[in-house]
Amino acid sequence: MRHTLAVLVENNPGVLARVAGLFSRRGFNIDSLAVGRTESPDVSRMTIVVEGDERVLEQVNKQLHKLVDVIKINDITADEYVDRELVLIKVNADPAQRGEVMQIADVFRARIVDLGRKTVTLECTGNDGKINAFEESLRPYGIKELVRTGKIAMLRGTKYTGLQENGD
Amino acid sequence: MKKTGAQILVESLLAEGVDTIFGYPGGQALPIYDALYDADIRHILTRHEQGAAHAADGYARASGKPGVCLATSGPGATNLVTGIANAYMDSIPLVAITGQVPTSMLGRDSFQEADITGITLPITKHNYLVKDVNDLAKIVREAFYIATTGRPGPVLIDMPRDVSAGETDYTDPGPVHLPGYDIKKDPDPEQVARAVRAIEEAERPVIYAGGGVINANAHVELLKFAEMLLAPVATTLMGLGGFPGNHPLSVGMLGMHGSKYANYAVSECDLLIGVGVRFDDRVTSKLEAFAPNATVVHIDIDPAEIGKNVGVDIPVVGDVRATLRELAGRLQPRLASRWRDKIQTWKKEYPIEFEENGRIKPQEVIREIYNATGGNARITTEVGQHQMWAAHYYTYTRPRTFISSGGLGTMGFGFPAAIGVQLACPGETVIDIAGDGSIQMNIQELATAVSHKLPVKIAILNNGFLGMVRQWQELFYNRRYSYTELDNPDFVKIAEAYGAVGIRVDKKSEVRPALDEALRVDKPVVLDFQIEREENVLPMVPPGEAINNMLG
Repeated sequence: MRHTLAVLVENNPGVLARVAGLFSRRGFNIDSLAVGRTESPDVSRMTIVVEGDERVLEQVNKQLHKLVDVIKINDITADEYVDRELVLIKVNADPAQRGEVMQIADVFRARIVDLGRKTVTLECTGNDGKINAFEESLRPYGIKELVRTGKIAMLRGTKYTGLQENGD
Repeated sequence: MKKTGAQILVESLLAEGVDTIFGYPGGQALPIYDALYDADIRHILTRHEQGAAHAADGYARASGKPGVCLATSGPGATNLVTGIANAYMDSIPLVAITGQVPTSMLGRDSFQEADITGITLPITKHNYLVKDVNDLAKIVREAFYIATTGRPGPVLIDMPRDVSAGETDYTDPGPVHLPGYDIKKDPDPEQVARAVRAIEEAERPVIYAGGGVINANAHVELLKFAEMLLAPVATTLMGLGGFPGNHPLSVGMLGMHGSKYANYAVSECDLLIGVGVRFDDRVTSKLEAFAPNATVVHIDIDPAEIGKNVGVDIPVVGDVRATLRELAGRLQPRLASRWRDKIQTWKKEYPIEFEENGRIKPQEVIREIYNATGGNARITTEVGQHQMWAAHYYTYTRPRTFISSGGLGTMGFGFPAAIGVQLACPGETVIDIAGDGSIQMNIQELATAVSHKLPVKIAILNNGFLGMVRQWQELFYNRRYSYTELDNPDFVKIAEAYGAVGIRVDKKSEVRPALDEALRVDKPVVLDFQIEREENVLPMVPPGEAINNMLG
């Protein structure tokens, strides 16, 4: 099963290497990992999507906890959360095909961010399912280049995975 | 007052109570060595950085205090790697300090540059690259705190030369504040209650005790706990000495080269209480068949060890000492146990024994070392057959008296470790039990022992083979002794060349007199015992088998 972990880490150099190294040497499978700063300048937040059964997840959790730079781990899989991923896709589209591509973009509420002579570059945000569907719809035109940010996620409502204790 | 980074390092070491460090100088460590020149710290100059790391490790194991080693950048730092990995696998508190090229030169493949924080990422509990001299005092304090608390382990501090030479105002960094580092010392009362119920219900409990007992200084509590339960105590290699080996409840070591009665006890128990252990594959062998009928209680300070290798019914996360105390406080002592009686009969039925003949048997040498020292020596070992014989035929009754490379299995550990042990325990007898293969991996440290006047004894069980590998080749590879036979140098001459004493022992009758002579001399002594060449370590669990299915 896929799990989504929200991991707060000290904003120290090398922290990404520590986390990535831990996953590779213990044989844990990362689906995606996104990292960036948070509301506090000393703290970064990683959203890690990891594949594994209960036992693997328990080890992922415990081993992550052993890293001195890891402050807090939240497995939010079972909670209500909002998740988003951003994708940039450069797709073949000569002027005759642009209309179709733009229609698809409309359906997915994607935006055109660049136009080339024979290509269109689109930006789309959404959850996993939407991004996958968007990619599939464009595949027949010939995808020249594709880049995904990896998923970021946040709990819904008043709950949060911040440094302070939860309010509710 | 302005101080250099190197001076701050020295002050910080003194503030942590460090009195001895093991090291080897070099270019990028020059400022540090300059500060050490007139510091109130004893520096032991080894002849190889690996020796420094192992000596610091041995010092830590014998004293219970953190060991400190120091090396220069590049090759100096990479030479520490095996020693750091060794300390990591056995959870030994070690602080390794390395010189590094100046920060402006980092990442440019400068002369003697190696990314040692990158290299040691998977083998340290934590590590630091100091980029600002103002952070140094805080980092050193954190390093010692992390190395010695919770589950101990090595921490590395990499110090670029401009940091050690740079100046700043030194102020005490105050208490450690690490938001991501918390240790749960006291066990959860609910888990303790569950463990108590399981213990009360058990008819055939076995205690499986490891290095965590020694790390937690919990040997007294373990003894009391075992006596209340009348439960046999099997120890891992790392746990030897954590429970008195001469106690009626001791069943010695378990696992691949455990005693038959220890392995039988584990296989038939209905409750297995793991205390400061990690269910290592050399203990469990075939996992599905390990303690198949038992409820498993696992006590450990590291939550990540719970459920890592085997499913655990009752996890108790906490300091081993505090937990055993808590448990003992809630239990009624047992007055009789048929289970204990059954184990006593197994002990009589399946003793660990060997056949004597006219030649020198390695087991006999170990037994004579035990007799000659009255069991009061500190024993270190290298890795291989001699290590297992040292585990079987010498009885360890006190913690920190058997010092051996368990997890990593590092040949070349024992002798430098013995140097560290001797420094931690002046006046005590320290003996490295070695093989003719492993002693050659760090034999250069004879110079260290001689120049620091450390009367460490080395007992080489010399069979002219890499014995353990040969044993496997004999048993599982049709006696094809592929590159395991050794042409050895004259160890007596080597000892003498270094200024130590060398004694060669060819006859059975010379074993004890040679040992007595070695113990009488107040100098390093190398004893070269010419033993039976193809003796095997038995009993033995063949790889992949259940632990009650033993050869020999």
